[in-house]
Parts: sequence; structure tokens; C-alpha cells
Amino acid sequence: MSDKNEIICISCPIGCRLQVTKLSEEAVKVEGNRCNRGEAYGREETLRPKRTVTACVRTNSRKIAYAPVKTDKPLLKEYINELLKILYTLDIEVPLRRGEILIHNFKGLDVDVVFTRTVPG
Amino acid sequence: MKTNVYDAVVIGGGAAGMACACEMDSSGLKVAIVEREETLGGILLQCIHNGFGLHRFKEELTGPEYAERYIEKVENTSLDVFLSTTVVNIANEGEGYCVTGYSGSEGVLLFKTEAVVLAMGCRERNRGNIGIPGTRPSGILTAGLAQRLINMDGLVPGRRIVIAGSGDIGLIMARRLTWTGCEVLGVVEILPYASGITRNIVQCLKDFDIPLYLSHIISRIEGKDRVESVQVTPLQDGKPDISGSFPLECDTILLSVGLIPENELSRKASVKINHETGGAYVDAHYMTSQKGIFACGNVLHVHDIVDFVSEESVTCGRYVHQYVKHSLLDAAQYNVTPGANVKYVIPNSFIREAGRKFYLRSLIVKNDAELKVMLGEQTIIKKKLRHVQPSEMISFVLDNEAFPASLPIGDRMALEVSIH
Ligand SMILES: Cc1cc2nc3c(=O)[nH]c(=O)nc-3n(C[C@H](O)[C@H](O)[C@H](O)COP(=O)(O)OP(=O)(O)OC[C@H]3O[C@@H](n4cnc5c(N)ncnc54)[C@H](O)[C@@H]3O)c2cc1C
Ligand code: SF4
Repeated sequence: MSDKNEIICISCPIGCRLQVTKLSEEAVKVEGNRCNRGEAYGREETLRPKRTVTACVRTNSRKIAYAPVKTDKPLLKEYINELLKILYTLDIEVPLRRGEILIHNFKGLDVDVVFTRTVPG
Repeated sequence: MKTNVYDAVVIGGGAAGMACACEMDSSGLKVAIVEREETLGGILLQCIHNGFGLHRFKEELTGPEYAERYIEKVENTSLDVFLSTTVVNIANEGEGYCVTGYSGSEGVLLFKTEAVVLAMGCRERNRGNIGIPGTRPSGILTAGLAQRLINMDGLVPGRRIVIAGSGDIGLIMARRLTWTGCEVLGVVEILPYASGITRNIVQCLKDFDIPLYLSHIISRIEGKDRVESVQVTPLQDGKPDISGSFPLECDTILLSVGLIPENELSRKASVKINHETGGAYVDAHYMTSQKGIFACGNVLHVHDIVDFVSEESVTCGRYVHQYVKHSLLDAAQYNVTPGANVKYVIPNSFIREAGRKFYLRSLIVKNDAELKVMLGEQTIIKKKLRHVQPSEMISFVLDNEAFPASLPIGDRMALEVSIH
């Protein structure tokens, strides 16, 4: 198996253009990186791309109508839309505190969704 | 009318105002923060994405999280906080200043104070500042306003969006809108390179296959009541090449074409403004051309990283304290001037004192660049920079050792900062 893909390393501002070849489900070859961080980035970004998701959920507070939330760790990209869909249907009762967990261990992926702002009652 | 008396009044309760005020409170000054909005926090509250605080807290926080850490700090001080109060005037009274605030519930409030700190942040450039020809339908707004509407009020500005300008706010909004179910048709950038950081290009555009049209302009806006389409035109040797034009059908245009320090109030108070930064000229103590008026944060120069805002504002607070206590180092100040490839350097003067920090912006994009600091004819600092670009602020510290044993005196002596 071999697909060569060009991706930009974002581990530092230089932004090396990496050529990543997927060798198997677990192995890649990374070229074009100036340092080791680029290799690690190229591997993760090719095999298990993840993103931290941030969004807002509706609350019943009159002052702060939408409360911001985030995943406490980056989430596998393929699950992002599913998570967003759930978040947009929620109605949250205030008060709530920054750091409080909204969704625990989403889909068993070891990722929590937490509030990032305190909303008084 | 109530008059309050303070050592220092801070105008604006964003990242800059809070950090500066906390520093002054901890050194024993009597300080008030006056903030126009209902809560402290400033622009951070609408920046729900993460990427804040890596330098200062060694973790990646969202804007509201960063803000709340400071709000909690403020709550544990003896600072007086006046919310929903807009400052409308700063009057010089010889011995200090009289700051006029207006609050919907309290009416006019007067603050007598020895020192004033400008911390009003910045505002966005809008269509008037860039001039796109065509009709004037609704559906055109700045990216920051869209961010506020969607993140704080839950209002989605449109369905099919074109973004003008590749600043970070626009890029972040491209992702936010896509995640909300909108279609972002493209980002149109007049320059040959993006003005936002690479991470945002990757995570906000490439992730969703949103095209980035570099060296392109929006040459026309069509639509009667609401935006219906825009005409996008490539630039050939800096001139629009009409033959390459194509339309994008959209109902909304977000402008992400830069920020300007919010200095109406400063101008009214006769503070001298630097046209390179859009903010005040400040001396080595962050004092503006008006004795006793200081400035820090985005009102001084637009920052991309909030950590630097907090840091700069703490430094500013320290000098305000010295000013009020009459202990400011009274030594000759030398000019700091931008040399080759440097847009500006803040502060605009320096004084011989340990650990002076400077912030600057590059005019060029380059890997393996070199920062050079000259004092008169002498090179006193050479520093390797892995990568420079206009959108990323650069900083350096001037240590005492860097100076020649005796500083020549003379008004033509200047520190020149350049990038090669
Ligand atoms: C949209 C956006 C996205 C950003 N993203 C990032 C990021 O990802 N990572 C990062 O590290 N940094 C980011 N930054 C930069 C950083 O967050 C800001 O530079 C910083 O928060 C600015 O703080 P400030 O206090 O100078 O200004 P502000 O937060 O704007 O605070 C100014 C305050 O002054 C008040 N005010 C203004 N005029 C008056 C008046 N006349 N009377 C009373 N009050 C007044 C305003 O209401 C406001 O609360 C971003 C900035 C913006 C604008
Ligand atoms: S490979 Fe190394 S040098 Fe290149 S962008 Fe990534 S972290 Fe930076």
C-alpha cells in the first residue's frame, strides 16, 4: 500500500511540507521534515488525525444564552460531526461551572466534553 | 454626581486591563477598572476556540477559560470594578486627570486620578476602510462581529459564506461556521500569502477543503436587499485580471481584513498616535506623550497572542506604580527605531535598565532569519529566528550585558532593530 500525501506540519511556525507515505495501518514514511516533531506529527496526522472541538450549547440563562464547551483532549476527526450534532440539540440548565463535565467519555473514546465558562444561575 | 478618587484608573477590562490592574493592586495602589460591557474579559469571551495561555499557563486554554482565570484574580483583590460604564472623556487637570464615565443605571461618574491606563483593545477594519465596489446590500459584516453573534448570542449570520481576508479571526470563523452547518465557499486574500498562522490554515481551511484564493480580490458585490454573489478576480502583477474573474454565489460576506487599536478617546486626550501601529507612542515606561497616561494591550499595538498582552500589561502596571510613587527611573531615554524589514518596535524608547523586553513585527516572510539590534554604529544583539512572518509578533530582551560599558549621550543615539 502506498499513498503519498503532502501535509503541512503545524508543530512550529516554520510549517515544513511533509510528504507522508502510508506503508501499513501502523507505519508511515515521513519526508521533508526538519526535525523529529515533524515525523511524529506526520504519523499521527496520517494514521489517527484528531482535533480539539469547541462549540456552544444553549442555556436557560438570560444573561449568557450560550455556554462555550470543549473536548478535554483532541477527538478523532471522524467523530466530530456526531459530537456536534448532539451538542446542538442540548438545553442546559444553569448554574454551571467552568471545568464541569457535560459529556463523560464520549463513545468510549476517553474524551470528555467540559464547559469553558462559568454561568451563574 | 459622584466623584471617586484613585491613584490609577484603567479604561477597559479585557486581558490587558485586568493584568495591569492586578499588578497595581498588588503593589498597593488604589485602582479602578472601568469597563463598557456587563462583564470583565473583553474579546477573549467570544474566542471560544483553544490556543490561549500556552506561554503563561503552559496549557492550551480557550478564550473564556483564560479570561476567567484573570476575572477570579480580580475578584480576590481590592480593585474597584465599574461595569456597564463607558469612558467618554479624559480631562487633564494639571495635577492628574478627571475621567468621565457614563453608565445606564448610574448616569455620569467622575474619577479623579493621578494616572490613567488606556486598555481599550482594538476594533475591526470594516468595508469602509477597504472599499469594495458594488451595491450595499445586507449580509456584510466583520468576522469578529459574526464571532460574537454566533458564540454569544447563538445567531448564525448566513448559510453560504465568503470570507474576505485571511486574518486569523476569519479563518477561525470558517471552521466555526462549517461546524454549524454553513457552507464556506472560499477565503479571498489580496496578498500572495495568508495573513493567518499556518495552524489555522490547516485546521480551519484544509480540514474542510475550503479554497484559499491568494492574490485575489473581491472585485464586486451583487445583490439588491441581501448579498447574492461576489465577483472574485485574480491579480496579475498587482493588477486585477478581469478575464480570470469568477462568481461565488453567497448570502454573506465576512470581512477579516485586520484590526486597528481603539484610540478615539486617546486622540481626544491629545495622546500622540504612531501611524505604524495605530496605537500611542510610548516611552520606556509605557507612558504616552501625555504625562501620566499609559497604554498596554491591543490599544497600544495589535497582539496575536494574549500571553504577550498579559505580560506587557504587568510591566506597564509596574511603571504606573513607580510613576504614582515618584520613583520612575529618571535617566535619559533613547529612541528605538524600526530598521530594515521591521514594521515597528514597542516601546518606542529605551532606558538603560536590566531585562528590558521589546516587541516587534516583521515586514517579511522568511525562514532562518536574523534579528539584529544596533546601538549607534555598534551591533549589540544578534539572534537567530527560525521563522518570521508579519502575523507573528517577535520579542527580545535587552540585558545589561548587551550594553557597551558607557552609553554615549546625545539625542541622535538610537537603538535600531532590523531583520535579515
Ligand atoms: C478575534 C480574536 C481572536 C484571537 N485569537 C487568539 C488566539 O487564538 N490565541 C491568542 O493567544 N490570542 C488571540 N487573540 C489575541 C488576544 O486574545 C487579544 O489580543 C487580547 O485578548 C486583547 O486584550 P485587550 O485587553 O488588549 O483587549 P480587549 O479584550 O478588546 O479588551 C478591551 C476592553 O475595553 C473595553 N472598552 C473599550 N473602550 C472602552 C471605553 N471607552 N470605556 C470602557 N471600556 C471600554 C471593551 O469593552 C473591552 O472589554 C485574538 C484576538 C482577537 C480579536
Ligand atoms: S518538522 Fe520540525 S521544523 Fe518543520 S514545521 Fe514541523 S516542528 Fe517545525
